[in-house]
Formats: sequence, structure tokens, C-alpha cells
Amino acid sequence: MTAELLIEQFLNGLQFGFMLFLMSAGLTLIFGVMGLINLAHGSLYMIGAFSAAATFAFFNSFWLSLLASFSCAAIVGIVVEKTIIRKLYNRDHLDQVLVTFALILFFSELVRWIFGAFPLYLDVPELLNGSIEVFSGIYYSKYRLFIIFVGLIIAVFLFFLIGKTNLGIQIRAGQHDREMISALGVDISKLYTLLFGIGAALAGLAGALIGTIQSVEVGMGEPILILAFVIIVIGGIGSIKGAFIASLLVGLVDTLGRFLIPWVLQTVTNPSDAMSVGSAIGSMLIYILMAIILILKPTGLYGKQLS
Amino acid sequence: MFKIINLILSIVLLFASSAFADGHKLKVGMITTLSGGGSGLGIDVRDGFMLAVRGSKDIEVVIEDDQRKPDIAVQLADKMIQSEKVDVLTGIIWSNLAMAVVPAAVNQGKFYLSPNAGPSALAGKGCHENYFNVAWQNDNLHEAAGGHANSTGFKNTFILAPNYPAGKDALTGFKRYFKGNLAGEIYTKLGQTDYAVEIAQIRASNADSVFFFLPGGMGIGFMKQYAQSGIEIPVVGPAFSFDQGILKAVGDAALGVKNTSQWSKDLDNKANKKFVSDFQNEYGRLPSLYASQGYDTGMLLISAMAKASVNDMEAFRDALRSADFDSTRGQFRFSSNHHPIQDIYVREVIKEGDTLTNKIVSVGLQDHSNAYVDQCSM
Repeated sequence: MTAELLIEQFLNGLQFGFMLFLMSAGLTLIFGVMGLINLAHGSLYMIGAFSAAATFAFFNSFWLSLLASFSCAAIVGIVVEKTIIRKLYNRDHLDQVLVTFALILFFSELVRWIFGAFPLYLDVPELLNGSIEVFSGIYYSKYRLFIIFVGLIIAVFLFFLIGKTNLGIQIRAGQHDREMISALGVDISKLYTLLFGIGAALAGLAGALIGTIQSVEVGMGEPILILAFVIIVIGGIGSIKGAFIASLLVGLVDTLGRFLIPWVLQTVTNPSDAMSVGSAIGSMLIYILMAIILILKPTGLYGKQLS
Repeated sequence: MFKIINLILSIVLLFASSAFADGHKLKVGMITTLSGGGSGLGIDVRDGFMLAVRGSKDIEVVIEDDQRKPDIAVQLADKMIQSEKVDVLTGIIWSNLAMAVVPAAVNQGKFYLSPNAGPSALAGKGCHENYFNVAWQNDNLHEAAGGHANSTGFKNTFILAPNYPAGKDALTGFKRYFKGNLAGEIYTKLGQTDYAVEIAQIRASNADSVFFFLPGGMGIGFMKQYAQSGIEIPVVGPAFSFDQGILKAVGDAALGVKNTSQWSKDLDNKANKKFVSDFQNEYGRLPSLYASQGYDTGMLLISAMAKASVNDMEAFRDALRSADFDSTRGQFRFSSNHHPIQDIYVREVIKEGDTLTNKIVSVGLQDHSNAYVDQCSM
């Protein structure tokens, strides 16, 4: 194994972390502030990817399709919040799970009905195609660097939004005491609609960005959802900072684990066994990490302490 | 008065028709993947099968969606056997699901005709007289890919496949025929969509070629990311990542890639020409190899029904075994463990106008059977 390979895998881990952050940022906002378990987050991710692919097929422009992805997802999110989600805030978590699970089934069937069951085409623009030399001798995909870049922008945007704006103050206040903030004259239902829209837009944007190098197909959101929940639980529910740190941690642990464990095992057993045992352990690693963190910090890295 | 006669008449008719049904009809239970990831494969198998049996009034088909989940497939199979009372089961795409369903079904005296999954366990020691695979034994296309790698002169190949029964069969099959060195061997997670880690390892491995088996959406992700990474090492694979259903999604990244298949749209025989044009007329898209497998399964079933009743198990089994139908693959017969003996071709991805598709460039393996015939005692 060479140093170049190790550095490249480290970059891959970082990049995977930013990917995870894009997926989980919206979910942690919605879950943390509104107390809503939104299983349909993966569906919004899928809607983002499909609207991007449809726009791409029509206009053949990657940038337009990115724009379409988060605006469509935001519109769908706002409509869903106004018609369905709104009725769930005062219900218990089981009701929320049931309704948002129904939304998954509904959106999957709807998308299949509109677009068919076959994967759609979405490709990187010429500008981001290929790879560039980041350090001497280390080449890295331009598109993956672009994902890191967008992840950073979103992170800065969210820190600014939550920490420095009026809206952010309301969001943080709402997180602490829902009744008090509405008693102080803040229109909480408008705030929630807006917040759900932002969460949906982030999911949609992630769907388009990631769908571009993976496959745009029905059901692409469900595997993502599990990872996103792992991230927000590790990071502490509702904390953007927690989600950010947890994403990078999980990204690095998963990538380097998947790569290093089989390599270490090869020294004690034959390559074929090392590979199958190693990849099995590698895919468990995220959950082991989650268990350890929850034992040490039961509310996650940056979660509110239970009183 | 009229009303009463009408009523009696319809009741009589009802009984008559159901009595007739009991006598001649054959009930097929199809369990396949119709929703979520990988649904394109199941839909192609279903559409191909239904195209073959659409003219036959004596076949009743019950179709259910397994969602690619083994537990759901098992529940559906139980329901179909116990309450629907089907005679023949078919449809499963994924080998892990087939392993969960097939042994129990054939032990309960049902026939199982596999339109896709052909795990080695069901070809060797676990073979059964009521289990027929109409597609291939899992290793087959990969064996041809190994042979093709030899004849192209590849000496140092990097191989990868998902960590599930068909993935293991794939790498085993490739290694059985490939004579060169392995630059690396990786099992990925089933359903994995990001391959940055593996691609970095390929780049660092000094391989002269890459062999991969990543069916469905996994292959789309891999090919796009591979093309995008700027690595120039040629890839070889089985047809699953280059089949008609996903070529559009992979895009030009697939152009020129050699892949191995038992079927191709341009195979020159009467049955195939009819199949390709019928399929396009019926569904408005080009058929994939999965569709051809579904179609052949349907044709095999019809040919067996013409010879024997399903109630006479011995005779029906013999009728299936003789495989007396016009396959889209031309020559088709069963080996002693009920898997096809057939030619496997090397295809190349080309562009016909704006549509990406495949054309045959050579015959990879002729009259190819499978490596597990001797292990099967039936």
C-alpha cells in the first residue's frame, strides 16, 4: 500500500462525509426543531434526483437540473407540510412514523407511475468531468471535490442561518419551548412550514448531487435514510454542528474501515477469506461506532443533556 | 321469471366454468421484484413471461412483488402454495431470495422454473428434480468473461462483486476460466452505490483490466464513477451491467465495453426476431436479457403443457426436461442438473442512432454447461 492510496482514501472518506452531511442536514433540522420523525426524507431525496433527471433530459443542463432539484423538493415539501405533516405535530411518534412511512410508499409509486421503473440518466457536466491533481501525484475526481465544496457552502449557510439571523433565533427558541415562542407572537406554523421546506430542499439537492454519480431510480432514498438517522443520532438530535462532525466521522470510519480491515486481515489469512470477512466487518463499523458513542454520550455528541 | 332463469343459468355457467378450470388450467405463481431498487429486472422478466403466455387461455398467472426482501419472498411463496394452490412457481431475480424460497417449494411438490437466479447451491448438491433453471447457472456468464479476458490477452485483472451468493458465484466462475493473475479481489456490500474506495484501489493496483459483476443500479453507479475517475483500464463484465434496461442510465460511459451474455437482441433466429418485434409492439421499448429469460420460461411452460398435464408430475417433468420449444437463444437443452447447455456470446455496447444497445462480436463459450453437473445426484 502506498501513501498516495492512503491519502486518496482519506479524501474519499472526507467526501463521503460531506455527502452524508448533505443528506442528514435537512433531517436533523426537522427532527430536532419540530420534533417530527420524517421517514419521507428519503422520498424528498428521490424527488430531487428525479426532477433533476427530468430537467436534464429536457434542457440538457446540469446547473438547471440542480436548480430544479431543490426547488421541486421544496415545493413538494411545503405542500406535504401544509396538507399532511401539520396535523402530526401534536400526535405521538408512532403516528408520525406511520404517516410518513405511508408517504414513502405513495411517493415511490407516484414516481414509478410517472417515470417508469427503469433508472434515469443524469451525468456530470463537462466542467466537472475527469480528475485533477490535488497534491503531487494524487489525482482526485473533480466532481467529488465539487460535492465537498457544496457541502461546505451548505454548512456555512446553515451555521449562519441558525446562529446569526432572526429566523435562526426563532428556530433555536422553538427548539427549546414551542408554546412560549408562539405566546411571544411568532407564527409557529409559518416557521414550521418554512423549516420543512428548507429541509426538503436540502434533501432534494443531495438527491441530485449524489444521483448524478450513482443511479437515479425508484427506492434510491431508503438506504440513505438509515444512514441519515445514524448521523443525527450520533451527532445529537437537532444539532447542525453535531450532524456535521458525525458525518465526517462516519464517512472516514466507513471508508477507511472498508479499505483497511481486509488489508490488515490479509496478513493473517488468505486474501479471499480476508476480503469476505473484512467487508462484512467493514459494513458493521458504522453501527459499532454509533453504539460506542451512545454508550459514552447517550444524547449524542452535541445533543441536549437530559435533565 | 326471466330473472330466475337468468340466475340459474349464470349459476350453472359459473359451476361449469370452474369445473372446467379444475380440469385443465395450470396456475403459475410469479414472485418477482416489482418495486424499489432492482425493479426494472423483475418488470422485464414479468413482461417477457406474460408476452409468451398471453395467447394461452389455460394458464392463470398470479403475480406478487417481493421487494427484493427474502422474508417477503418466503411469505409470498407460502401464500401461493397454501392458499392460491399454484402448480408452478417462477419469477425470482435474486439468488439470496431464490435460496430462501426454492428448496421449500420444490420439497412441497411444486415445480420451480427459474427465469434468472441460478445459485451454485441449487445446481450442485442442492439440485432437485422439480427445479429447472431456464436462464443460466450463475457462474456461466462470468466463466465466459474469464475466457474472453484470456483471449484478449489480459494478464493482471482486478475483480469485484457484491457479497451475496451470486457475487461469490461470479468471482468463482471468472477465476475458473481466467488464467492470468489477480491484481485484487473485492467483495462490496449488496446495494452499495458509491465505489470511490474500490476505484482508488483499482487505480493503485497496476491492473491491466477490471472484471466486475454489479447488477442493476450498482453497476450504473460504478460505471459512471469509473468513467469519471479518468482511469483508462479496460473493463469486462457479464451482460447484467450493460443490459438494455440500464444502458440509457449509464450513458456513453458504457460505449465499447465488451460483455458476455447468453442472449442478444441481434441473435439471428426466427424465435428471437419474433420476440424482439412482439416485445417492442407490446411494451414500446427494447427487450433486455431478463425479458428474454422470462419469455423463454413462458415458452418452456407452454411446450410442456402441450405434452402433459401438470397433475401427472412424472410426465410433466419429462416434458419440461425435453425443452421442446423455440428458444430466443436458438439451441437450448437442459443438462442433467436441469440447467441450460447453451452458447455464451461476447457482445459490445454500440450506438444505433441515439440508442445504446449491444451487438454480438464473437462466441465466447460454445455449448456451455456448468461446473456442478457431477455434484448433482438426481
